[in-house]
Amino acid sequence: MSGKGMNLTLKIWRQKDAKSKGKMETYKVNDISEHMSFLEMMDVLNEQLIAEGQEPVAFDHDCREGICGMCSMYINGEAHGPDRGVTTCQLHMRMFKDGDTITIEPFRAAAFPVIKDLVVDRTSFERIQQAGGYISVNTSGNTQDANAIPISKHAADEAMDAATCIGCGACVATCKNSSAMLFVGAKVSQYALLPQGQVEAADRVKNMVAQMDLEGFGNCTNTGACEVECPKGISLDNIARMNRELIKASI
Amino acid sequence: MSGFLKSSIGRKVAMALSAFFLMFFLLQHFAINMLSVFSPETFNEVSYFMGNNPLVQYGLQPVLLFGVVFHFVMGFILELKNKKAQGVAYAKNNGAANSSWVSRNMIYTGVAILLFMIFHFNDFWVPEIVEKYVEGKSQVGKDFHAHVVHMFENPIRVGVYVLAFVFLALHLMHGFTSAFQSVGGTAGRKKTLQNIGKAYSIIIPLGFVIIAIYHHFNH
Amino acid sequence: MSVLDSKVPEGPLKDKWTSYKDKINLVNPANKRLIDVIVVGTGLAGGSAAATLAELGYNVKAFAYQDSPRRAHSIAAQGGINAAKNYQGDGDSTYRLFYDTVKGGDYRSREANVYRLAEVSANIIDQCVAQGVPFARDYGGLLDNRSFGGVLVSRTFYAKGQTGQQLLLGAYSAMNRQIARGKIQMYNRHEMLDVVIVDGKARGIIARNLITGEIERHSAHAVVVASGGYGNVFFLSTNAMGSNVSAGWKIHKKGAFFANPCYTQIHPTCIPRSGDYQSKLTLMSESLRNDGRIWVPKNMEDVIAIREGRKKPTDLSEEERDYYLERRYPAFGNLVPRDVASRAAKERCDAGYGVNATGEAVYLDFASAIQRYGKEQAKIHGIANPSEAKIYELGQKIVEAKYGNLFQMYEKIVDENPYETPMMIYPAVHYTMGGVWVDYNLMTTVPGLYCIGEANFSDHGANRLGASALMQGLADGYFVLPYTIGDYLSDDIRTGKIPTDTPEFDAAEKEVKDRIDFFINNKGTKSVDYFHKKLGKVMWDKCGMSRNEQGLKEAMVEIKAIREEFWKEVSVPGGANEMNPELEKAGRVADFLELGELFAKDALTREESCGGHFREESAEESGPQKGEAKRNDKDFAFVSAWEYKGEPADAVLHKEELEFKDIELKQRSYK
Repeated sequence: MSGKGMNLTLKIWRQKDAKSKGKMETYKVNDISEHMSFLEMMDVLNEQLIAEGQEPVAFDHDCREGICGMCSMYINGEAHGPDRGVTTCQLHMRMFKDGDTITIEPFRAAAFPVIKDLVVDRTSFERIQQAGGYISVNTSGNTQDANAIPISKHAADEAMDAATCIGCGACVATCKNSSAMLFVGAKVSQYALLPQGQVEAADRVKNMVAQMDLEGFGNCTNTGACEVECPKGISLDNIARMNRELIKASI
Repeated sequence: MSGFLKSSIGRKVAMALSAFFLMFFLLQHFAINMLSVFSPETFNEVSYFMGNNPLVQYGLQPVLLFGVVFHFVMGFILELKNKKAQGVAYAKNNGAANSSWVSRNMIYTGVAILLFMIFHFNDFWVPEIVEKYVEGKSQVGKDFHAHVVHMFENPIRVGVYVLAFVFLALHLMHGFTSAFQSVGGTAGRKKTLQNIGKAYSIIIPLGFVIIAIYHHFNH
Repeated sequence: MSVLDSKVPEGPLKDKWTSYKDKINLVNPANKRLIDVIVVGTGLAGGSAAATLAELGYNVKAFAYQDSPRRAHSIAAQGGINAAKNYQGDGDSTYRLFYDTVKGGDYRSREANVYRLAEVSANIIDQCVAQGVPFARDYGGLLDNRSFGGVLVSRTFYAKGQTGQQLLLGAYSAMNRQIARGKIQMYNRHEMLDVVIVDGKARGIIARNLITGEIERHSAHAVVVASGGYGNVFFLSTNAMGSNVSAGWKIHKKGAFFANPCYTQIHPTCIPRSGDYQSKLTLMSESLRNDGRIWVPKNMEDVIAIREGRKKPTDLSEEERDYYLERRYPAFGNLVPRDVASRAAKERCDAGYGVNATGEAVYLDFASAIQRYGKEQAKIHGIANPSEAKIYELGQKIVEAKYGNLFQMYEKIVDENPYETPMMIYPAVHYTMGGVWVDYNLMTTVPGLYCIGEANFSDHGANRLGASALMQGLADGYFVLPYTIGDYLSDDIRTGKIPTDTPEFDAAEKEVKDRIDFFINNKGTKSVDYFHKKLGKVMWDKCGMSRNEQGLKEAMVEIKAIREEFWKEVSVPGGANEMNPELEKAGRVADFLELGELFAKDALTREESCGGHFREESAEESGPQKGEAKRNDKDFAFVSAWEYKGEPADAVLHKEELEFKDIELKQRSYK
C-alpha cells in the first residue's frame, strides 16, 4: 500500500483547556489511504504525535457510524466537512486529494465553549431538552395500550423524520448566527406532530425556546445552511413549525 | 405576550410582520409610481390624496414610519445579538457551500437600503413636509409629476436609484420567503412561495428602475 | 450446594414474577427521599433505570462517559425491538417469545428470567409510545411489525432503521424530566473507576471527571452498573470506540462474579476491514439476508483474478460461484442464524476464498433479487416481453425501497455501487452475551451492587436473537430493577447518608490515583492502541468464531505476555489533571487485558459448542449434521461464574446449574 497514499498538510486548532488561548498548528501526515475515514486519519496523526512525544489532538468521537452525534469538527469551513448527509466519522479521505491542506477547527459558538483542542461543551443542548423535551408520563408501564390511539402514518413518519436528529450541533456550528433553532425545532416538532405531545405542547415550546435564548444561541435568519449541513437532513420546516407553535402558545 | 416579544422567535416574527407591512407598502408605492408613466393627471390626483388626506397623513404615515424604523432597529438589534452568539470566528469558513450570498448578507443590503432611504427622503419626503407643515403652502393643483420628472434629470441621481434598487432586489430575494418562514407559513408550500418571492423581488425593483430611467429620458 | 443463589421464586413459571412482586418489600415514598442510588451508564438499561428510580422518589446520581446520555451505544441498534403483543394475530404469545429466546440462546439461559423478560415486553411498547417514540405505523394508524431472524411470527417493532436511537431518546427524555425536577443528578463526561464496598455492601464509587481529571467520591445506598458489553476486547467490533468493560471488571475485582465471558456474538453482515488503520467495523442490518445471496468463487484462479483486479465478480457465471450457505444448509439457506452464517463465512475465507485484498470478505449479491422483483413487477404492470434493462430497472426500484438507506451507507463507506456489483461482507464482533453474574433480582454477588442490560450475563444464553437486546435493556431498567431494588433498600431506610470520608473511600481512591499516576509517569515506548490492537489480534485469531484447546491455551499465555509488556512499555502523554483521552484508553485497555485472559480460560473450560461459542473438538462427527456445533447438555448445562482471585488465570469457577422445567432441550438444526 505504501507510496500510494496521500500526503496532507493539516492545520488544526490546538487549545490546552477552556481557559487557555488557542491557536492553529500545522502538521503533516503521509501515506493516507483514500479508504480511511476522516477520524482514522486523525488516529494516524495522533499515533504519530505520541511517537514523537507530543500530545495527541483531543477530539470527540464514539460510535463511528454516524448515529451517536459525538463527533464534530469544522473541516475546510464546513461542519462535518465537504460531504453531504454524513458525520465526520463517515467522511472518507477520498473526498480529498494528495497535497491538500485541510483546516480543522472545533464547532464554534458562544454556547459551545471549547473544552480542549477540537472538543466543545454542548451541554447547552442538554439544558434545552431538560426544559421541556419530554412527555410527562411516568415510567411505570401502566399506560394505555400502545394501539389505543391510532396515529396517521403521515404524522408518524414526519415525527420520525424530526426525531432522527442526533444532537451533534452541526446546525449551530454552521449557522452564521449560531442559532440552535433546527435542533430545538426538530424536538418541538416531533412532539407537536404526535397526539401524546399535545397536552403539554404550549408549555414545552415556550420553555424550550426560553432556555435556548438563555443559553446564548443566536436568532434564525433563515439562511438554510443548517439544513444543508445537517448529517440527518432535518428539514427547515421544523423551524417553521416551531415558530407556529410558539405563536399559537403565546396568543 | 410581552414574553413572546422578548423571545428570539417573537422578535423574528415581529421582524417578519414589519417586513410584510413594508412589502405591501412597496407594492402600493410601485403602483402609484407606475401611474406617473401612464397618466400624469391621475398620478397628480393620487399624489395629492396621499399627501393631504388626514387619514393617510395622520393615520397611515406614522404607522409606516414606525414600521420602517422598527424593521431597521430590530434588524440591528438582532444582528448585534447574533454576532455575540458567535464566539470565536472560524479561520476558514465556506458559507457559499450551504447558503446563498443574499441570505448571509441581509444586514449589508439592509444598510445600503437605509442609506438610500435617507437620500430618498431628502429628495421627496422632507421637501413635502417642509412645504406643507413648515411653510404652510397649499398643494392644491400642484404638479407632482413635473417634480418627479425634474428630479430624474440628474443622471447621478438615476444611478443612485438604480443601484439602490439592486440592493432592494437582493434584500427581497431572501427577505420575501424568509418572512413567511419566520411566521411558520412555509410548510408544504415552500416551492410556490420561493417562486412568488423570486418574481416579487425582481419585478418590483426592476419596475422602479424602469420608471426612473423612463423619466430620465422623457423629460 | 453452590455459593450461587439465583433466588428464583418458587411456583409455576407463569406466576413467578407476579406473585414475587406481590410479596416483595417496598420502601414508602417518604423514605425513598432518604435513599441515594448510583447508576453507572445511561444507555437503554441505565437510562431507563435512572429515570424510573427517580420517578419512584429515590435520589439518583447517573454517570456517563459521553457528553450526554443520548450518545450511549444503544443508539446504534438498527433493526427493532421484540414484544409479545400479538398485534398481527399470528399466534404470538408470552410463552412463544420466551421459548424462542431460550432456544435461540441454545439453552444456556435461566428460564425464569427469560419468561419475565417476555412477560414485560408488551409493557415496553406501551411505555415507549406514551413517551412519544415514533414507531413505524401502517396506513390505518396502528403499529407496524416486521419479522426477524429465526422466529415464525412478526413481533418486531421498529422506527425506520434507527430503533435503538428512538428508544434511547425516549429513555433520555424520561431522564431529562427527572433531571429538571432535581431527582437525577447527571454526571456527564465522568467515568467510574472503582466501586467502594463498606461492610460487604456496595456503598459508592470513585469517578474521574474527564474534563478536569479530578477524582471524585460518590456515595449511595446501592450501585447499579449498566455499562454495556465488552466486544471491544477484540479491538475491532461494531461497538463504539469508548465502549469498555472497566465498570464491570472493577466490580468483578471487588467480588462480583463474571459469568460466561466467552459467549460473544459475531454478526455475519458487517463491512469488511479495508486496512490496518481500521478503527471500527460497521454493521449492515441482518434484514439484508432476506434478499441477498452469499457466495465466493468456486475456483481459486477466479479468487486470485478478482483480488488482482483482472476479473470482476459480475464476470463469473453461476457455475463458477459457490453459494455455500445454500449448499450447506438447503433448508434455511442464506437465513441461517447469525452464529452459523458467520462460521460458514470464516470457513470459506480460511480455505483461501476471501474476495478482497485482506482475504476476509465474501459477496452478498442482490442480482437475483433484482431479477426476481423485476420480473414480478413486469407482470404486475402488464409488460409483455420486457427487456433485460427494463427488468433491471423495475427490480432495482424494489430493492431500493427495501434497503435504500443501507445501500447508501455501504456506498459512502466502500465507494462501490452495491446495485451494480455485489456487496462485500465479513463477520464482526457485535454483542457479548456474557457479563457480570446476577440473580433473579439483578443483584450481583455483592450485596447492593446491581448489574443490568448487556453488562450482565443476562437472558440471552449463548446466542442472542435479533431485536432482543433492546427489549432486555429496557425491561431491566423500566420494569424489573425498580421493583427488586426496593426489596434490598427497604433495609436501608434508617441508614442515613453514606459518608465519603471513610477508610474504604480513602483506600479505593488511593488505588485509582496510584494507577493514574503510574500511567502518567511510565515512560514507555508504545501507545495504548499498539497493545489494544495486539490483544485484539490474539482474541480474533484464537478466541473468535471457532476455538480449540491449543489455541485457547496459547491465547492465555500470549495475552498474559501482552499484559506484562503493557505495564512496562505503555506510553501515556499528557497529564492527570486535564482532559486526557489517552489516559482514559490506557485504563480501559488495562482491564481488557485481564478480561481477555479470563475469556480464553472460560472458553477453554467449556468443552462443548453452544451458540456463539464453537469448539472445534465438539462438532458432529458423522451423519447429516457433520461439522456442525455439538452441545453437551449432560456436562455443560450450567452458567460459568468466575470469582476473582488475583491473576485471571487463577479465577475460580462456580457453576449455576440450569434447570429446564418448561422446555425440552433439543438440537438446533438448519440443514
